[in-house]
Amino acid sequence: MIAGRTLSSRLLLGTGGLPSLALLPQVLAAAAPGMVTVSVRRTSSQAEGGLLDLLSAAGVPILPNTAGCTSAREAVLTAELAREALQTEWVKLEVIGDETSLLPDAIELLEAAEQLVRRGFVVLPYATDDPVLARRLEDVGCAAVMPLGSPIGSGLGLLNPHAIEAVVAAVSVPVVLDAGVGTASDAVLAMERGCSAVLAATAITRADDPVAMAAALRLGVEAGTLARSAGRIPRRVIARASSPMAGLIGAEAS
Amino acid sequence: MTITLNGEQVPLEGALMLADLISQRYGEPRGVAVAVDEAVVPRGSWLSYALVPGQRVEVVTAVQGG
Repeated sequence: MIAGRTLSSRLLLGTGGLPSLALLPQVLAAAAPGMVTVSVRRTSSQAEGGLLDLLSAAGVPILPNTAGCTSAREAVLTAELAREALQTEWVKLEVIGDETSLLPDAIELLEAAEQLVRRGFVVLPYATDDPVLARRLEDVGCAAVMPLGSPIGSGLGLLNPHAIEAVVAAVSVPVVLDAGVGTASDAVLAMERGCSAVLAATAITRADDPVAMAAALRLGVEAGTLARSAGRIPRRVIARASSPMAGLIGAEAS
Repeated sequence: MTITLNGEQVPLEGALMLADLISQRYGEPRGVAVAVDEAVVPRGSWLSYALVPGQRVEVVTAVQGG
């Protein structure tokens, strides 16, 4: 549940990097994502819209992003264009501060988030795994926060699971693990650490078999969600037998 | 007398409405949005929006990403 809207799945799918748009329907079927992100770019020719047709046929809600923007000004305009083009107030807000690391620019991000909330957007900001920034984003009215597990496209997973837990503890809005997921176990871990959802793009779209990985991540998110609610055992530094000692053969009768 | 359309210089001969520019270039596009000089022009206003030389027009749509 984000901004009063119940999503059908805790896996969100990014569409960037698929070798062919023709694969998208199968990936969508295997991932069954709650939302799908798209980017906003200059239109190049007539009769584009194949992507939107596929997404609308699949009935999956669209979450436009501001990928590639490097300032609050650019991100706000891109979000405004996305709202006009796609008729949705929802936006995954990305404001990149460094072309090499693709890490968010926290200052521009917060500024853009504040402006967009004021203009009626449902803002889901891509952020660092910083609980202080997460709280500031919540304070300006963001509907969720999306900390990175590791840099975009790196597949390094959750480099700092404790920081992700700290973000979860710091805010009351949903936390969506964004960026860095490489395989299903990363999605499991994110959910076990308390995230409400996982957004994955490259992990699926650049896998050798995107359809199989889409299914794996869906199951990973489900497994992690179940494990989180089941309550894991405390970690112990010494062994604890799971079989009873009573009735062991050769022992004195009691 | 030109405008800039998605980064490309386009000659502007006489009065041209934004709606005409879009239909000449893109037909009847769905899922697009237009900004002129960094301000969104809602689709409902294209018909009455007269372009002025020097303006920068951006026409965008959704692509795979993110």
